[in-house]
Amino acid sequence: MSHPILEMKGITKRFPNVVANDRVDLELYPGEVLALLGENGAGKSSLMNVVAGLYRADEGEIFIRGKRVEINSPRDSMNLGVGMVHQNFMLVDTMTVAENIILGLPDIPFRVDMEKVNERIRELSEKYNLQVDPESYIWQLSVGEQQRVEILKLIYRGAEILILDEPTAVLTPQESKELNRVLQQMTSEGKSAVFITHKMEEVMAFSNWVRVLNKGRLVTVKETQKTNPKELAQLMVGRDVLFRLAKKERQTGDVILDLKDVQALDDKGLPALQSISLQIRAGEIMGVAGVAGNGQKQLVEVLTGLRKITGGQIRIFGEEMANKNPLEIINCGVSHIPADRIARGVAGDMSVAGNLAMKCYRKPPLVKRGILHPRRIIDLAKRMIDMFRIDTPTPQTHAKFLSGGNIQKIILAREIDACGGVLIAAYPSRGLDVGATEYIRSQMIEQSECGTAILLISEDLEELMTVADKIMVLYEGRIMDILASSEANTEQIGLLMAGVTEGKTAVGHA
Amino acid sequence: MIELLTSLLAITLRSGTSLIYATIGEIYTERSGVLNLGIEGMMLMSAVTSFAVVYHTGSLLLAILTAMAVGGLLASVHAFLSITMRANQVVSGLSITLFGAGMASFLGQRLGPETNSGYLVGLVGAKFEPLNIPVLSRIPVVGALFNQDILTYIVYLVLPLAWYYLYKTRNGLNLRAVGENPQTADAMGINVGKVRYIYTIIGGMLVGIGGAHLSLSYAPGWTENITGGRGWIVIALVIFSMWNPARAIWGALLFGGINAVQFRLQASGTNIPASYLNMLPYLATVVVLVMLTWWEALSKRVGAPSSLAKSYMREDK
Repeated sequence: MSHPILEMKGITKRFPNVVANDRVDLELYPGEVLALLGENGAGKSSLMNVVAGLYRADEGEIFIRGKRVEINSPRDSMNLGVGMVHQNFMLVDTMTVAENIILGLPDIPFRVDMEKVNERIRELSEKYNLQVDPESYIWQLSVGEQQRVEILKLIYRGAEILILDEPTAVLTPQESKELNRVLQQMTSEGKSAVFITHKMEEVMAFSNWVRVLNKGRLVTVKETQKTNPKELAQLMVGRDVLFRLAKKERQTGDVILDLKDVQALDDKGLPALQSISLQIRAGEIMGVAGVAGNGQKQLVEVLTGLRKITGGQIRIFGEEMANKNPLEIINCGVSHIPADRIARGVAGDMSVAGNLAMKCYRKPPLVKRGILHPRRIIDLAKRMIDMFRIDTPTPQTHAKFLSGGNIQKIILAREIDACGGVLIAAYPSRGLDVGATEYIRSQMIEQSECGTAILLISEDLEELMTVADKIMVLYEGRIMDILASSEANTEQIGLLMAGVTEGKTAVGHA
Repeated sequence: MIELLTSLLAITLRSGTSLIYATIGEIYTERSGVLNLGIEGMMLMSAVTSFAVVYHTGSLLLAILTAMAVGGLLASVHAFLSITMRANQVVSGLSITLFGAGMASFLGQRLGPETNSGYLVGLVGAKFEPLNIPVLSRIPVVGALFNQDILTYIVYLVLPLAWYYLYKTRNGLNLRAVGENPQTADAMGINVGKVRYIYTIIGGMLVGIGGAHLSLSYAPGWTENITGGRGWIVIALVIFSMWNPARAIWGALLFGGINAVQFRLQASGTNIPASYLNMLPYLATVVVLVMLTWWEALSKRVGAPSSLAKSYMREDK
């Protein structure tokens, strides 16, 4: 075997209160793909940010092509041939694809010849089959296209060591395959790649080697061929994992949530929802699949009173609720688990108790003649903290000091407690570890068994298949199809997510 | 009539010149993500120091260089506070304005000759005289464009150059990225702090020229509060220009134009009280700004650099 092109020895990276990486070693060989597997918060991204020059390691050494290197800035890293596609894309929305690709390059002429740059980009996108128009603005592109821009950026800069941080999280299954192909092509040219993921199947499909991180420590190094998803899952979590949830057969009731021909615009004033019609019955979980940015956000917002609709009807419990304000909708029985839990779910500088009471504080016994009862709020909070197993030092602790999973439990507790029959859940398990995910999912199933109508938006097809009863697929603001989850398969949903219908027509609101 | 228009345009340009310098300066600063509210103080400081230099040395060039140095120096204080110390940029900028205004007033009583007990007020020094360009300056109305001082002629060059630099060069591209998305700029190997320092200081130098134009050409000499709030008008004009240097001219002409008209009205002996007329340019700027911002919001066009007034540090989450 040849010498590693990238070698990291004993890397330790500390953040205030947290050790992100604890003496981690890594070896990457030319022409190979190394998968870095681990749960959220296992330290995969921070380890790679050290190589990319965005973080500085507190301890440890880095060798590239056998030579010890100091990486103090992204520029150092780039000069060593390292290129990284970050989880949150590093793109300037208001600039064109070409401008983004040449951004910060020292060796382009002072007076930029955009035509020449565009030409070169077209050549490269031809060669690697990464279709994208160099003259489009980033904000005009889908997430999948934006990722192509990120990859083209690395190619344009001649990166030899590619780092991809959870690149498939935003892609359809077909786009993931496409990415795999590009990666194969690049490694066949002698480039090497580190591939960060928390999905076992991707490790199997993409990589030659796999390294598993758990709580900042390196747990194991395996040749991908000599391991299997089950073993990897165990190593990653540190215990056996149950993926299947017990779902009882149940009776669904009346139609609770009824949308007819709903239309809405996005922030740029472009159509985001186009004639959405669907019905959710009591006790039913309707899953929503789709690549991010296909109208999910707007769908949630129109249902919770955060966005006006421009046409159609929204009936909740038979009452017309379109364009009502959020309070009216809450009073009608709608609960909301927002996609951005920090921005819309909790007030970080308020106590856990305050956050838990944020929805029911208007009603007795928490309020009497307009005056709040702090004691009763604390009592209520203690009950909910017990019931939902929220891990917080005290009810008075500021919510922002809790982990993502526990913040999500605060929201879940509050919303379930106040729920009057409809629950809108947007990506409820996003970014949570396996334990918290299991808990959130089982809570939703329990709620539906109590007769709640649930709209569940998720980017995790596995989650939709196990939790939801029906799955509707959104593409460019339209419902492509609504499938029974027992009959659906990922392949089929993936095609629908990409806008391919296979000659089938939409079932509509069956 | 033609004579009236010619003279109106001439006054408009003269009173607009200092605004254009300062507006372009502030646009560059804000494009890097730094909001500098110290313009008023910086303009006053450069106005008083440049007049003092020209009074004592007689050199206009030296006076302009002084103004640039003073503007750049005050801007570098703001840069240090807001970029290195990560202070609140609004507070930092306001304190520079307060300091500059007080200091300029103080210097105005100390930098003068002993014969005037140190006062600069009421003294006469060298000033930028209009340079008449033969033939061109005799065209009706438009001729006013070619009967200006050298600083105004330079503005004709600065405007397109500032636009070209921002939109068509490598440095301009990097500058825009830094103000828009410093995380990305950093990851792409651009030194965010350095870029912000450079353009905050360059911006300050241009603001300095703007201040000097007031005391060396527009209203030669030193008077208390010579800027008359122009530093604040510049903040409005930056928004008005949608952070595009080429559009800085329209805002400056609007303010300068209404200023010229109200001058003319005052001179013609109208019975509207002068105080009301003096208010006009400011009022008009506010009204137009509100209307424009309203329209921009309506058409979903927002031009402010996304990271304006936000400090950046690499390992922040």
